[in-house]
Amino acid sequence: MKNLLDRHLPKIVVAPSFAAVLFFVYGFIGWTLYVSFTKSRILPKYDLVGWLQYDKLFATPRWYVALDNLFVFTGLFVAIAILIGLLLAILLDQKIRAEGVIRTIYLYPMALSFIVTGTAWKWLLNPGLGIEKVVQDLGFPDFKFDWLVDPEMAIYTVVMAGVWQSSGFVMALFLAGLRSINEEIVRAAQVDGVGPFRLYFHIIIPSLRPVFVSAVIVLSHLAIKSFDLVIALTHGGPGYATDMPATFMYAMAFSRGQLGQAAASATVMLATVSAVIIPYLYSELRRKHD
Amino acid sequence: MTSGHADTKAVLMRPAPKRRTGRGWTPALLRALLFLILGLFVLYYSLPLFVMIVTSLKSLEEIRAGSLLGLPQAIELTSWKTAWESACTGVSCHGLKPYFWNSILLVVPAVVISTALGAINGYAISKWRFPGSNVIFGLMLFGCFIPFQVVLLPMAITLGTINLAGSVAGLILVHVVYGIGFTTLFFRNYYVTVPDELVKAAKVDGAGFFAIFTRIFLPLSTPVIVVTVIWQFTNIWNDFLFGVSFSQGGSQPITVALNNIVNSTTGVKEYNVDMAAAIIAAIPTLLVYVVAGKYFIRGLTAGSVKG
Repeated sequence: MKNLLDRHLPKIVVAPSFAAVLFFVYGFIGWTLYVSFTKSRILPKYDLVGWLQYDKLFATPRWYVALDNLFVFTGLFVAIAILIGLLLAILLDQKIRAEGVIRTIYLYPMALSFIVTGTAWKWLLNPGLGIEKVVQDLGFPDFKFDWLVDPEMAIYTVVMAGVWQSSGFVMALFLAGLRSINEEIVRAAQVDGVGPFRLYFHIIIPSLRPVFVSAVIVLSHLAIKSFDLVIALTHGGPGYATDMPATFMYAMAFSRGQLGQAAASATVMLATVSAVIIPYLYSELRRKHD
Repeated sequence: MTSGHADTKAVLMRPAPKRRTGRGWTPALLRALLFLILGLFVLYYSLPLFVMIVTSLKSLEEIRAGSLLGLPQAIELTSWKTAWESACTGVSCHGLKPYFWNSILLVVPAVVISTALGAINGYAISKWRFPGSNVIFGLMLFGCFIPFQVVLLPMAITLGTINLAGSVAGLILVHVVYGIGFTTLFFRNYYVTVPDELVKAAKVDGAGFFAIFTRIFLPLSTPVIVVTVIWQFTNIWNDFLFGVSFSQGGSQPITVALNNIVNSTTGVKEYNVDMAAAIIAAIPTLLVYVVAGKYFIRGLTAGSVKG
């Protein structure tokens, strides 16, 4: 009897967590998926109506603004954070004495909430009192920097704050990658007379490919989920110029009473994230068994 | 990532290596350029925090008249006091204080419960493999990556049904449920590196599932516990989405209150109070970062690079 219990104990121990995940993750995804095919508005309804909500969603200009912003934001955010992160990692890898201190300064924004970051950058970018005024006081009275309230440019302020918060983290990833490169290969190349630039561009950076992959995955995942930063920095405005799928979904769910639209937009988000994450997790888990 | 990447997480945190033999482009000019760029980035990362601090110490008149970067003429702590106990978050004007305590009341149990569950799950999944345990782990792991928008609506309805809507207890439940995936991942990846022979030997000696866990694995677990606790603490303290979706009035966490203070439209815009409030909201996680930075970074790299 005790033996039987012992044999099943591992399963019994994992069971509550697994049940919770099945219900709160997969059950909930199922519910949202289902509701996205109904006519639900303020209250959920359970009669299926086919693709109605998706047709409506993709006929909504605001949704296109959100998608557009997501692409612009994700592209720039990922590219700039990786460029800065890689540059800083390479520079920090040159036997810098104060490396520890510098690294700590580069990375601290990652410990902050996006709400704090948004609040800080909202102040820095304040047209009238922020950076604009600093430059004007330096002797450029005609300098204008009002992207925060400019519908065309506001999305770039979100990129600026996002990069500030996350690029130090990318630096840490690349630094770890650089430190794991086999010294022998580098030394052999140097003995062969390979110069520093060729060394980096032909040998070291190509060997960091896996780090690039995980940086892209992590950053684009952050970007797709970005909600807090937009809310704190621009609140989706001016108008809905900086709306993203996450803020769109939130507005539909909690202020516009459009549950069907909220469910459909959330489903599109899940599909997008899955397209990135599932192949990644699959290859990661499989590599484990090799 | 690469086969060698798992062990490089620790490498990152070593002091600057002395082992390096070259790769340094040493000519003095390049070296100067190197320090110039590094220094500029030090400014880039630290200036926002500097501006927040000096702004929080200035009076409103000084903010309007002076420069963003200027040091305060006289240090004014009134905006800190206002931010802590009388700033308005919508209708009520009690400052951040009650919400700070809400966050503490929320974070402590949520971190403890999710870490404990992660430890026991990670142990069972890595050392007592059973048919399907890999699938279970995979399903839990995917749960970490979903955009939470996809669970917001059913969660709101469920919390309403079980009478936890708008309560701190409800938020604890939410954070535990969606934290299990990561905590399990951390412990599983850590325990995988413990040799199976240890478990086998203990079994021969007659030790059971829990005895092996408490006597062998827990004493080994200090580093992974620290990493997990810091990861969960930072994430839950900084969370905004769940806080704003599932709490109301009196039960809101600090991030939601901060956002309400900054975006409240009543009266004069008090930038100094906004900045003081933002710093107050950031202090706990910054403190953790300063005290235990290396564990924080280890969590970040482990959480993203599933080595």
